[in-house]
Amino acid sequence: MSTAEALKAKFPEDELVFSEFRDNHRVAVPAAKLMPILSMLKSECGFDMLAELTAVDYLEYEGATDRFGVVYVLLNNTSGERLILKTFVNDPNPSLPSVYSLWKSADWLEREVYDMFGITFAGHPDLRRILMPDEFTAFPLRKDYPLKGRGERHNFPIVTRADS
Amino acid sequence: MAMKDKPDNIFMTTLDAAASWARSNSLWPMPFATACCGIELMATASSRFDLARFGAEVMRFSPRQCDLMIVAGRVVMKMLPVLQRIWLQMPEPKWCISMGACACTGGVFDTYAVVQGVDRFIPVDLYVPGCPPRPEQLMAGIIALQDKIRHGGTLNGTEFAKRDQSNGPTPYDSDELIRIREANEKLISLN
Repeated sequence: MSTAEALKAKFPEDELVFSEFRDNHRVAVPAAKLMPILSMLKSECGFDMLAELTAVDYLEYEGATDRFGVVYVLLNNTSGERLILKTFVNDPNPSLPSVYSLWKSADWLEREVYDMFGITFAGHPDLRRILMPDEFTAFPLRKDYPLKGRGERHNFPIVTRADS
Repeated sequence: MAMKDKPDNIFMTTLDAAASWARSNSLWPMPFATACCGIELMATASSRFDLARFGAEVMRFSPRQCDLMIVAGRVVMKMLPVLQRIWLQMPEPKWCISMGACACTGGVFDTYAVVQGVDRFIPVDLYVPGCPPRPEQLMAGIIALQDKIRHGGTLNGTEFAKRDQSNGPTPYDSDELIRIREANEKLISLN
């Protein structure tokens, strides 16, 4: 039984949107069903590795209905099968349950998504910024954040030759 | 005040010139290599180009033992406090070379995270352009710095005390302020 069939057997079919591109198998799921679907994929379909977790900001994107898409790339190390799972969250306070309890690799990946997009992961053991400095306040990969920043890169004391 | 009848093995100089001559021929670089310029810096120190010919081959990774900081590569805003701290830890007299387009101006990385030229925040004596500069260019830079040290260096570093103004661009140039205002207006219109 394929992964798609296993998913369809367990969850209502109209909530899952399957698509394919070349050898990529993708499924979009509602955020409320994320945890049951992911734990079923891990325990019953053998997806023992979370290869990638990232997000997309769809602000001003043509035809988009939701603000953020969060993408989970799962890998089954026994069969080599990959599955790209996508879910959507919205302002204000975009939040998802943490998958740290399922895959430990989610630790830093979720911190990165939080750092760049401001999406919080409930249940994450240590949700801090991972790339930007701790005192940074914005979420730089959001589309409403200017590419050149809001002057943070110039907010440092100047050391002159005389006082060094 | 030429001394007549002096023996052949005695020469006259000033203490400043003697100290500067000694310092210029024994620069100890601190490689602050963060990107591809660092690879060229390593090549410059290696046998093919051989920075040892100019007395600057002793790369030390402790700022306490160095007198020439070579900033090779882009510096991001998280790294800049580290760069400033390392610069402050280096003993006097010390010099700084900004190597490559990114260290000098930010290069193509005109983004929120990349500092647009280290000369905004630390004093820079010499700029080496290029992306990345060839080892010959870096050596030309070091020779030019040696020349600069020999002409104008003093024993007790009084030439440094005069440099109490930053020689880099002001952190907020007018373009930056206009751009920040436009970005904020766009943000307000979006929300």
